[in-house]
Amino acid sequence: MLFLSIALMYACSKNEDEVTPEEKKITFSVPANFPAPVYNFEDNKLSNAGFALGKKLFYEARLSADKSVSCGSCHQQFAAFTQLDHKVSHGVNNCQGKRNTPPLFNLAWQKAFFWDGGVKNIETSPLNAITDACEMGTDIQTIIAFLKNTAPYPELFKQAYGSTEINSQLILKSIAQFTAVLVSGNSKYDKVMRKESGISFTSPELAGYNLFKEKCASCHAAPFFTDFSYRSNGLDLVSTDEGRSHITGVASDFGKFRVPTLRNIEYTSPYMHDGRFYSFDEVLEHYNSGVKASTNLDVQLKNGIPLNTTEKEQIKAFLKTLTDNEFIKNTLYSES
Amino acid sequence: MKLSQYFLALLCPIILLSSCKKNTDEVVADTKSTFSIEFENQVNGSPLVLNTTTYKNAKGEDFKINVFKYYVSNIKLSKADGTTYLIPESYFLIDASKSESTNITLKDVPTGDYTKIEYTIGVDYARNFAGAQTGALDPINGMFWTWNSGYIFVKLEGTSPQSIAAGNTLTFHIGGVTDPNNTIRTFATEINAANPLRVRTDSKPNMHFIVNAAALFTGKTDVSFATLNITMGGANSVIVANNYANGLFRLDHIHN
Repeated sequence: MLFLSIALMYACSKNEDEVTPEEKKITFSVPANFPAPVYNFEDNKLSNAGFALGKKLFYEARLSADKSVSCGSCHQQFAAFTQLDHKVSHGVNNCQGKRNTPPLFNLAWQKAFFWDGGVKNIETSPLNAITDACEMGTDIQTIIAFLKNTAPYPELFKQAYGSTEINSQLILKSIAQFTAVLVSGNSKYDKVMRKESGISFTSPELAGYNLFKEKCASCHAAPFFTDFSYRSNGLDLVSTDEGRSHITGVASDFGKFRVPTLRNIEYTSPYMHDGRFYSFDEVLEHYNSGVKASTNLDVQLKNGIPLNTTEKEQIKAFLKTLTDNEFIKNTLYSES
Repeated sequence: MKLSQYFLALLCPIILLSSCKKNTDEVVADTKSTFSIEFENQVNGSPLVLNTTTYKNAKGEDFKINVFKYYVSNIKLSKADGTTYLIPESYFLIDASKSESTNITLKDVPTGDYTKIEYTIGVDYARNFAGAQTGALDPINGMFWTWNSGYIFVKLEGTSPQSIAAGNTLTFHIGGVTDPNNTIRTFATEINAANPLRVRTDSKPNMHFIVNAAALFTGKTDVSFATLNITMGGANSVIVANNYANGLFRLDHIHN
């Protein structure tokens, strides 16, 4: 036993030499103005090697059917990980998907994913895009076979998990190490809320903030700027996309979609589940004058949200304080 | 980093020492052994032969089966005194096209005489929404819905001349765990007390279940393939789950 302990100590201390001291430890940090996350890496211990592997897989276009589309193709960092200028996601073989690509950040606080909330765990979310014929158009078996036969993947799995074994669980867990670490909580709004020194709203921003709290925050609730509920905002009299009811099978969910976050909204155009609006002005005008009496229209919207020109400008000024440039430009998240 | 590694180095031998000691105690306290379950797939008393053999449903409609797969999970054993043992991490996918999958082995089961067995037909609520799984629950097995999280508990695919679907196909993907369309069903059967499941260190009994694939289509509601030939969760899946809840499995005998 004594011999074993010495051997173990030796083994442990030997490992130490292999760690490069300069490498910054990847951490998952919860902003002071955020609640406790839903996903806390309990069964997926965050490591630099796991994060690096997840990031590489995220940006790996060879995973898709025609080797043209990676996760990062439709989730672009400069667009807060949605796809700039695309109404709907643009997948393999130039296929146009059904819905607007959701941005990726603060996912560790989300209990359900996609516009209809069909997927319930961040780890299993990529399977949807991997298998959808209009997204990556492949399957997990094909991806496993590719990774097993493509350097440096076996080595990267070994660094992350101690073995060159590659399976769907390890693939999905490593992607989650990347996606769950994407936290956006350093916008001007956050800094004002945290009373960081020298940061305050301008008078239009403040006026916009007050208007926002009065007219928008019942659905776009802080700090995520969504209450994660499913609602119809009256885009069409009869929605062409069944939305939430596709998941629940409940008629009262027809045409409902998850309230989207407004964080980084300056960069996530176009807007709505089908990307029909390209500008803030179009969106605000919809609420001012365009809300249709859809079957399941949210009761709070039955008279729309009347907004005059000044109010619109003030709300726009406030919405831009939700932009987090530190997140958008963080090279840790960039394809390298 | 440095500190924690030295701490670990110190901790390792301590853990080893304590675990060694504990193991010794356990061996004395109680013994464990193994038993197996064989699932013999049939259709109304005839052996299930995929792709070629024609069967009849309760409505007298012809059909063939190309795919037949189902989950058995959370296996729980009870003794006559009422004590129970839930076999941890017991998730099994039985696939009629893979003969090795039809005989499952349960290890590390406390020895004793068991007079009841129950298990989930499908997968418990929590695992449907859990993170990435492996083994029987690996999405690679084609039993996980990617667009609406959750497992397909029972999958039967085939053909019937009565089906109006393209290619006369039958597509029965039964799953879903939320009301009103929850399809989790538990099967339980008493074991004859005269011949209980005797798990012993020197004997590894085998339980033999007959699995009737046609049970999906009769029981509470006789299914006509003319009107129901495809379901992937939802109200029609509940009809099928209510059918197979009691009729899918039958304990035939035990080899002790």
